[in-house]
Amino acid sequence: MRDGVRAALPLVPGPVLFGLSFGVFAETAGLSAVAAVVMSATTFAGAAQFAATSVLDDGGTAAAAILAAVLLNARYAGMSIAVASIFPGSRPRKLVESQLIVDESWALSGRSGSFEWPILFGAGLLLYVLWVASTAVGTLVGSTVADPKSLGLDAAFAALFLALAAPYVRGRKAVTASALAAVITLVLLPVAPPGVPFVAAAAA
Amino acid sequence: MTVWIVVVVVGLVSIVFKAAGPVFVGNRTLPPRVESVVALIGPVMLTALVVTQTVGGDQQIVLDARLPGVAAAAVAVWRGAPVVVAMLVAAFVTGLLRLVS
Repeated sequence: MRDGVRAALPLVPGPVLFGLSFGVFAETAGLSAVAAVVMSATTFAGAAQFAATSVLDDGGTAAAAILAAVLLNARYAGMSIAVASIFPGSRPRKLVESQLIVDESWALSGRSGSFEWPILFGAGLLLYVLWVASTAVGTLVGSTVADPKSLGLDAAFAALFLALAAPYVRGRKAVTASALAAVITLVLLPVAPPGVPFVAAAAA
Repeated sequence: MTVWIVVVVVGLVSIVFKAAGPVFVGNRTLPPRVESVVALIGPVMLTALVVTQTVGGDQQIVLDARLPGVAAAAVAVWRGAPVVVAMLVAAFVTGLLRLVS
């Protein structure tokens, strides 16, 4: 577990700034501070939270907001199946601990070539606490936070996933699959609602 | 009210997605064919995340300062840089380009 915390430490600024900006954004989109924090604590997936919140902010219906988030989070079904066998203990325990699956903890846990539960648990726990806490702080400080874009934070996130992907893209099969995923994602980005490219790329 | 419906439903669905593998599949060994597909979920998902984060916009492809930033980070990763350095490189290049443009 300590190894997991240590593995996730270099990533800390990312989720903290992302969580802060979600808190700020949720506030401007009309979510109460409590609703924003509850969402971070139960959904624990930045992209889906931003997507659902921005649909509401644009005056969309609840159904549209839910659909956007569900599509974006559908990838977690595949990701959780990939790590299904590493979770120890009873079903209730698995139910609780599986909530610590998030892109970063999941990717870190598989860096060695096989998924390791202590890494996923440690990294996930640290990221979870930071995510919920920074969301709460974000709702309090509001718009006094600098625009994350001017700091290049959006590019930093892409770089984060790139660095996390690197150890996975080994061997011809993985390289082919990644290349195919990149093409499918690019093709579908303009035409499909957010999240669909993920599902389609996974299906390929 | 709308807000709370969204918060609760999205939360519940996310919980079910994340629990799907550990709770419903558990330790059962999957058929080799499925196993080999599962092994590719990692590279595929992460690649899709890189692409959407780099050129994704409001349902369109947006080429902006993120691209050179991520390209610089890719070079850093290729040269063996740790994750945090890659992130800093991307943020620095992209932030700088936005500052001067």
